[in-house]
Amino acid sequence: MTTGLEHYLVLAAVLFSIGLYGALAKRNAVVVMMCIEIMLNAVNIALVGFSRFVTPTMLTGQIFAIFIMVVAAAEAAVGLAIIITIYRNRESVETTDINLMKE
Amino acid sequence: MGVDIAFWILAIVGVAAALTVVLLRNVFHAALALILCLVTVAGLYITLSADFLAGVQILVYVGGVSILLILAIMLTREVQHGSLSNKFRVPAFLVAAIFLGVMIYSMVATPWQISTASPAAPTTAVLASNLLGEGGFILAVEVAAALLLAAILGAIVLVREK
Repeated sequence: MTTGLEHYLVLAAVLFSIGLYGALAKRNAVVVMMCIEIMLNAVNIALVGFSRFVTPTMLTGQIFAIFIMVVAAAEAAVGLAIIITIYRNRESVETTDINLMKE
Repeated sequence: MGVDIAFWILAIVGVAAALTVVLLRNVFHAALALILCLVTVAGLYITLSADFLAGVQILVYVGGVSILLILAIMLTREVQHGSLSNKFRVPAFLVAAIFLGVMIYSMVATPWQISTASPAAPTTAVLASNLLGEGGFILAVEVAAALLLAAILGAIVLVREK
């Protein structure tokens, strides 16, 4: 059986679900960021799969994937800067400890 | 045929690496597993005949984002604490499993309009004319440049010593 669009879409869904579970269930903020990167990559796989199998000559899906990469890089830089700042002020990157707005 | 074998190997290794990121206690080992997962995604782009995106994936994710993540792990000294779960572990697993089931059902049940045209190769010329050419995404490219500049400045301002 040759690999078709459904194979790539199901793979993207599996990777997205793994990242979703990690982003919701993990306590370490850096690990949450890593899981968000997995989710963004899963979406990129789905977009490139659509671009390959539905519109193989226009490549619009790959353009969207490039923009997602731009946003992901900016998000990683700003997010990790925020995590480092929080660690400096509160000596912790556990998401359960960051409850300043709740106290 | 070769593409099929490559897809299955890359898919299995990628999913295993992603599971390792989620399940490992050691944060540094999880970051290394994430790098493996990002490399397999680059391989998947090659099987989808997206050569330029595979190169960008290696450069941006494997070269840039993973270094940032490892730097943040080093600076926050969280290796000895480990990556534990919070109290939402069971609800998060249920949400992820239900989401996965709904997505797989809808993806398999939808009749996609598969095109039989052979893909553009190499993709760089088509991508460049789409991004920079007339009627393309030139406004989005400019906004992306402004966004990256703002992100760099924001990161510098956030981590600067007072």
